[in-house]
Amino acid sequence: MSAPSNRITATFDRLRRQGEKALIPYLMAGDPSLADTEALIVALEKAGADLIEIGVPFSDPIADGPVIQKAAERALRAGTSLRSILRTVKSLRTKTQVPLILMTYYNTIMAIGEREFCHEAVLAGVDGVIIPDMPPEEADPLQQASAEKGPCLIFLLAPTSTAVRKAEVIKRTSGFIYYVSITGITGAQLRDRDSIKHNVRAIQKKAGKPVAVGFGIATPDDARQIAAFSDGVIVGSALVRKIEELQHSPDFIHGVSRFTASLKAAISGNGAE
Amino acid sequence: MARVPVKQSRFGKYGGQYVPETLMPAILELEKIYAKVRLDRSFQREFHDCLRQYVGRPTPLYFAKQLTRTLGGARIYLKREDLCHTGAHKINNTVGQALLTKRMKKRRIIAETGAGQHGVAVATIAAMFGLEAEVYMGTEDMARQALNVFRMRLLGAKVTGVDADSRTLKDAISEAMRDWTTNVRTTHYLLGSVLGAHPYPMMIRDFQSVIGRETRRQILASEGTLPHCLVACVGGGSNSIGLFYPFIKDARIQMIGVEAGGMGLASGKHAARFAGGVPGVLHGTMTYLLQDRHGQVNSTHSVSAGLDYPAVGPEHAMHHDSGRIQYTSATDQEALEAFDLLAREEGIIPALESAHAVAEVIKRAPKMKKNQILIMNLSGRGDKDVNQIAQIRGIQL
Repeated sequence: MSAPSNRITATFDRLRRQGEKALIPYLMAGDPSLADTEALIVALEKAGADLIEIGVPFSDPIADGPVIQKAAERALRAGTSLRSILRTVKSLRTKTQVPLILMTYYNTIMAIGEREFCHEAVLAGVDGVIIPDMPPEEADPLQQASAEKGPCLIFLLAPTSTAVRKAEVIKRTSGFIYYVSITGITGAQLRDRDSIKHNVRAIQKKAGKPVAVGFGIATPDDARQIAAFSDGVIVGSALVRKIEELQHSPDFIHGVSRFTASLKAAISGNGAE
Repeated sequence: MARVPVKQSRFGKYGGQYVPETLMPAILELEKIYAKVRLDRSFQREFHDCLRQYVGRPTPLYFAKQLTRTLGGARIYLKREDLCHTGAHKINNTVGQALLTKRMKKRRIIAETGAGQHGVAVATIAAMFGLEAEVYMGTEDMARQALNVFRMRLLGAKVTGVDADSRTLKDAISEAMRDWTTNVRTTHYLLGSVLGAHPYPMMIRDFQSVIGRETRRQILASEGTLPHCLVACVGGGSNSIGLFYPFIKDARIQMIGVEAGGMGLASGKHAARFAGGVPGVLHGTMTYLLQDRHGQVNSTHSVSAGLDYPAVGPEHAMHHDSGRIQYTSATDQEALEAFDLLAREEGIIPALESAHAVAEVIKRAPKMKKNQILIMNLSGRGDKDVNQIAQIRGIQL
């Protein structure tokens, strides 16, 4: 059922050969504008981002904490939509080949239609999609629409996931598995690193696919610790907060790049623990 | 997936389980436990004992003589859910889910509330069952329903204001879902209407169906025949489906759901999902949703906080498409006029939500024959709305 491999798989393969871990920053598209998003993505790649997750703003983001909620509100006020984001991705593809992954809620895809969305997304140059409110139970329509040409559907596993569910997600996911580090929403406090490690290792063993960890990774030190046992770390709220703080500053792009570079430096040369 | 055929989580193409992975195991556990207790005699006995002794069921089916005479058409009966403990039908569902919470050995319940009636019912049942309760409420709703906020606090519940987006019911549900995602191991989300992921819409409909089962018995006892028409207001849709469900197979009985028409459908300021919405996914379920062409959920407006929500229960979506239930709307103004009429004709102050159903009765009853029977669900009482009505009239209490 997996979609054809693409830039995501190639990137994880390359990193594994180099003994490196993936840094996956998340930013909210259209915060403060899509032109800024485009500039930020180019800068993030230069600062060491291996893959980039692009948040699609939604009016009712149930899986997100206050930082990303507010970013979504800013982006919506700026008139951002899934279609305008796809146009931005298309434009970015003339500048960068970094894997781009959309994180969006199901309703924004349904508004376009599953088939048309997959077609347009691949055409624009989107590599993968993460949908926090689409568990495997509801994935068939999108999975069928993406089966032939993509994009990759990246499923999430959580600390509460049972063995049966882990097996189902491993079967369905393509690109990588998104392990949610905490029982909670984005931007919450990271806790109990040992149990994260235990869970990630167990999934890796069964999956034969990369496992990246997200939710609650805020500092270079968090990133270093989590990267030690996973295939990649996703940094969302902490980066979005930086973007929020700096968006009116002359140091905007540069400051966000610096933070990204500090994350990359922290996870580099980690190899296997 | 192997576990359950997909169809069972749906009403036709609507419904489903669109929730984050973190919540899925809890949703599946709830599904499993509910499937078990649904057929469990001791659970059902406990549920009905509690409804009888604590809630005060059965509620009367009252023949509204004055209203019938004034409107000059159908014989109008009111199902008096306003006489339930705490003043609305909401408590029926909270009793059922509180019993389930105990079976799941969870100690904390959370809930959303719009008008505050569900929040009060949750706070009440939490006090009675010895559970910890936290209720999320939009700050806009807290302002217009200050009395209910105070009632919840008197009952020992924590009331948390939600300042996001439109600051109404939809934002309260989002915040409750975030709390649930964070505390899912110890907490049950006691959802108040036939919304959310399966099994909530089915389970809550079952708990509320006591309304229709009693009504059926009562109308057969008093009139010796089934009604011609049923009318109820539709926010999420729990009081309406509770009344309609036990009659749904009686094809000749007409069923009318009344949505909030707000300032009129043309104004765009309303909560009439079937008039202005298209299918989408919100808060775990696929259903009719007021949204823009990009899939962003629209803000809604209604004078009644309990109807002020952009989505409708998925079972209603199915009955809308099949035509089994007809949906219409009443504007703020019509609801306010109906509120007055019921107070003066029958000495019953209805909740503003229920006043929308009264507004439809005012339109419909005169066109019906005098030997026809119309039953309206008077889903709640209006004490909570008295302050707001005074404000609308510029009266300082």
